[in-house]
Amino acid sequence: MANDDLWILGIHMTKFGKYPNLEPVDLAAEAALAALADGGVTMKDMGVLAAGNLMGAGAGIGQQLQKQIGQTGIPVYNVANACATGATALRTVVMAIKAGECDMGLAVGVEKLSGAGMLGGGMGAPKSEEWTRSGRYGAVASLEGKTGTDMMPGVFAQVGMEYGHKYGGTSFELFARISHKNHKNSTLNPLAAIQKDMSVEQIMNEPMIAYPNTRAMCSANTDGAAAAVVVSGERLRSMPKEAQRRAVKIAASVLTSDPYQEACQILPDVNTLTRQAATTAYEQSGVAPEDLDLVELHDCFATAELVHYDNLMLCEEGGAVDFFESGATWRDGSTPVNVSGGLESKGHPIAATGIANVWEICHHLRGEAGDRQIEGANVGLAHVIGLGSACGVHILEKSSL
Amino acid sequence: MPDQIPMVEYLVLGDQPHLEANECTNCGARFFDRRVACASCSGQEFRKVPVPTEGEVRSFTIVTPFVPDTEPYVPAVVDCGGTSVRGLVVNTPPDPEHVSLGMKVRLTTFSIGADSTGTEAINYGFEPVD
Repeated sequence: MANDDLWILGIHMTKFGKYPNLEPVDLAAEAALAALADGGVTMKDMGVLAAGNLMGAGAGIGQQLQKQIGQTGIPVYNVANACATGATALRTVVMAIKAGECDMGLAVGVEKLSGAGMLGGGMGAPKSEEWTRSGRYGAVASLEGKTGTDMMPGVFAQVGMEYGHKYGGTSFELFARISHKNHKNSTLNPLAAIQKDMSVEQIMNEPMIAYPNTRAMCSANTDGAAAAVVVSGERLRSMPKEAQRRAVKIAASVLTSDPYQEACQILPDVNTLTRQAATTAYEQSGVAPEDLDLVELHDCFATAELVHYDNLMLCEEGGAVDFFESGATWRDGSTPVNVSGGLESKGHPIAATGIANVWEICHHLRGEAGDRQIEGANVGLAHVIGLGSACGVHILEKSSL
Repeated sequence: MPDQIPMVEYLVLGDQPHLEANECTNCGARFFDRRVACASCSGQEFRKVPVPTEGEVRSFTIVTPFVPDTEPYVPAVVDCGGTSVRGLVVNTPPDPEHVSLGMKVRLTTFSIGADSTGTEAINYGFEPVD
């Protein structure tokens, strides 16, 4: 292992679900302590802490966490980057180690989201006796439901429909079948919030949230946390052989924001920044899309999964429908996607998601994924999108020891 | 005839209601909100330009509202002669049998109600071109 390589030394995700009696910091502490134990290290070894809790972004989850598990005086970066918050925390630790400021750090993401309902779509202008203009559009009334929608299910529905308009081949049933794959996968994941094999028909008959996404095709609002310990190659070489064997190489760590495109302020463009992040990640790692043994991508809605097959270049441009129809993204296909069950069934505790998907990949690369193990997995990719927008892509490789 | 005002500042009322964009004089990028500078080229000069009132549905969804017993609504992205516009598809049943990708639509306006002075606020939407 080269001195300047970076490695995941320890990593953990809590079971996603409902924790009415725990605070975010309790969940964050559970994940952090377990990640440290997984790596055989303690808070005293950490040189940096990056932490995210989007719904409590002003509260300083990093320092709250230190007060429960160890106030060692190290720098804390509290990060917030929509649904890419967890990936941003991980990337922050990676940058600190790369910059030579320390050789080990902890990234944590936590969210309590059970019962949160639909996210997005500020309710806009207040009602008043006389029309009064407010906001950047000079609106006299809330724009939600009057000029469009900023609610996530409707935004991502349009993202999938736009792909259908551009390339053809999409249908309500196609998106339901993508969701069916992920729900089926969840039955093998004991940490998933929802473990229920749903038929295509059942999925299509669920309440419609925003056509073509029914409730089963939307990410599940759940509680959960995930944490990862990152170490430099130089430090890892001084550690026990078993730690070196279980360590997972961070072959690429990339974060992008959305570059200007025509219409991107009409409907968020989640495509260009994902494609750019993926391109950079493949260049950094020397890994090609066809080398990937598994992918965890941001299926916040079934409609989103389809477009990211294309954005991550898992298929030819415009070929996402054919790619799915070929069976490639099923567990036994050439590029298994979301074998964890994806956000639609595993759950989507926002700030935890961008580390939990890395955990899933690591679990397979270490050969520790039990019933859902993808046999012989050597390399995997984890992707998240935060609307606004931010995209995180991490490519991970099995240790050669 | 009560006084009327547009619900948003980028809607121009009158004999031929239309939308008006802020166009960057340097690169031509178009925006509908109050601008500081251009997101594409960082230019700081804009001119008002009318946007064509007919277009094609490039994407849509049908949102089931929170409030029980209220009609679903149909947010869409409409390509109006090369300028993408956000608006609801209206004057047609809100279901996938009546709204489709690529359908031709045109701008229409309607009142969303009056305030205490009797002034009506006018919104816009896009209706199918038969």
